[in-house]
Amino acid sequence: MRYAGIDLGSRTIKLAVIEDGRLVLSRKAPSSHDPLGTARQLMDGAGFDRIMATGYGRHLIRGHFDCPVISEISAFVRGSRFFSDHCCAILDIGGQDTKAISLDTDGGLCKFEMNDRCAAGTGRFLEIMAITLGFTLEEFADAALSAEKAEKINSMCTVFAESEVVSLIAQGAGRNEVALGIHKAIVSRSGGLLKRVAPEGPIFFAGGVALNPCALALLKTETGRPVFVPPDPQIVGAVGAALSAAENG
Amino acid sequence: MADYTQMWQDLGLDLKSHDALLGVLGKAYADIFLAQKDRPEGMKYFDFVMSEVHGLRIREIVDAKAQGRVVVGSYCVFVPEELVLAVDGVAVGLCAGAEFGFEAAETLLPRNTCSLIKSMFGFKLGRVCPYLESCDVVVGENTCDGKKKAYEIFAPLVKDLYVMDMPQTKSEAGKKLLREEYKKFIAKLEKASGKKITPASLKKAIETVNLKRKAMIRLNALRAADPAPISGLDSLLISQVFFHDDPARFTDSVNKLCDELEARVKGHTGVAPKGTTRIVISGCPMAVPNWKVPLLIETSKAVIVGEESCVGERSTRWLTEVKGSTVDEMLDAIVDRYFSIDCAVFTPNPTRVDHVKEMAKKLHANGVIHYSLQFCQPYIMESGPVEKDLEKSHVPTLRLETDYSGEDAGQLKTRIEAFVERLKKR
Repeated sequence: MRYAGIDLGSRTIKLAVIEDGRLVLSRKAPSSHDPLGTARQLMDGAGFDRIMATGYGRHLIRGHFDCPVISEISAFVRGSRFFSDHCCAILDIGGQDTKAISLDTDGGLCKFEMNDRCAAGTGRFLEIMAITLGFTLEEFADAALSAEKAEKINSMCTVFAESEVVSLIAQGAGRNEVALGIHKAIVSRSGGLLKRVAPEGPIFFAGGVALNPCALALLKTETGRPVFVPPDPQIVGAVGAALSAAENG
Repeated sequence: MADYTQMWQDLGLDLKSHDALLGVLGKAYADIFLAQKDRPEGMKYFDFVMSEVHGLRIREIVDAKAQGRVVVGSYCVFVPEELVLAVDGVAVGLCAGAEFGFEAAETLLPRNTCSLIKSMFGFKLGRVCPYLESCDVVVGENTCDGKKKAYEIFAPLVKDLYVMDMPQTKSEAGKKLLREEYKKFIAKLEKASGKKITPASLKKAIETVNLKRKAMIRLNALRAADPAPISGLDSLLISQVFFHDDPARFTDSVNKLCDELEARVKGHTGVAPKGTTRIVISGCPMAVPNWKVPLLIETSKAVIVGEESCVGERSTRWLTEVKGSTVDEMLDAIVDRYFSIDCAVFTPNPTRVDHVKEMAKKLHANGVIHYSLQFCQPYIMESGPVEKDLEKSHVPTLRLETDYSGEDAGQLKTRIEAFVERLKKR
């Protein structure tokens, strides 16, 4: 049996297929203006017997395909255990949400917290800040890593932070230092969220922002805790949904 | 519904806005309430009340006024309904639960004001609430800082705003203050109504309100059954109607509903399958038509079995002891009763979390969802310690902070579903 999980995120849609307990296929595409169309393309030819949906758009897809849904929080819990069995805390920084989750000793969902209703301090925040500074996302992380000191960014609101960055640049602050400041701001905010629900133990770092080497380095130094990043941190939710699809039948 | 245009016009309502509001309300009611499955027959009374919420009930109130009865509106469960009834007055709860007229409200209030207060201003400035417009006296109370300052700004907008001071601690001095305030309120009511409170009128009022609360206690106790005999949405609606319906008729209707629910419990039938995840809601009040979070919960494979809220057990769980032969003695009993209310404006406020725990146990809840309105400092501040205490007592808890807008429904839904999934695994 092949089990698929589809994670309809706000910025990226991810598909994973599990067969005989192994991850046999994964696909990703930007959500675009037509997430349902994108999901269809990803599912096309993937070959699966059962599918479960998760992510922001999970209820959207349910109206069009006959598939059960699971919240992304449970999907991340399930998915994280596929890649690591020793992490008791999950930090997921995605396009629109930041989630901090603690696991109980059996790897079940214990407590969780999420960021507020806006995109403050999420992946989208980093994207906008990169654009403001004229970087691609890759250049943005490298620039931040090359800075020796960070400019302090106070605002976490994407709109306010943009004006803050613009005025820092106008005051002659270095672009790399501002870049580092932005990374620090997002990591310290997420770290705070994590501290509230899962204050100790190794961290499982997932979501698109886990691909950012500067965010990863800062998370390690700021928390002083071991950080584990799966081979593809973006597909954890999809893998979790696929595993749940397997259990549900 | 009969044509009430003339009555609304006479009350000074803005007919166009009012029509729009009723239109939205009617549709929401059909989508949210009438669409539920296996509702008790007894809910038909409340459906009727809601269909006539700005019609027949207002007609009754207007008629009562014509007969010389005073109409007293209030925004808080600390304002004793018994005293209003003792001068043969009509008591109406005025709290508003819709995002209406917020733009107008923000011309007078800071943007960062809780939705409850903004809505109170929005309804007044938009002239869409016939209850408020029918009032001879509107009673404010110095509970939270937001409301205290809001009444200063609200005063010029209404005919007769009477503000009651409130204690902040459960001390002897606090109790004395409450008693003095109730004493002053009696004087105010007697002046406004032209009637004296007598031992007989007060005793009768206490008994009327006790019966109303007893019916609610009975209803809330029946919700301990699995399967739940009534939905949380319907129960919340009844708690909302509690604040503006005719007390005796309301009591009668709730008791009739309870007879039916008792039969349901005996027959092991209900609104959700046995074993459905059970939630207690705790926190800020949900005034009509604020059904947002309960709807999200009950469409996420869970059923709400209790509300620890002013629109819920916080307004109904204590009865006034019927004792004494003078107005003063009876007032002591009223003060004892109201001073028990564990609102988050009190410091410290330990009995509240104890009661949440007790409710979770008694109602066989799997978890508690703590509901705070954004910018409601007392409940948001208290939510952290409440959550810690509950989790320590093995009551899983989810804290939500939201307002009257619909924009965060997706995010709330994700949290609620995840919480229900967490509870199911246990």
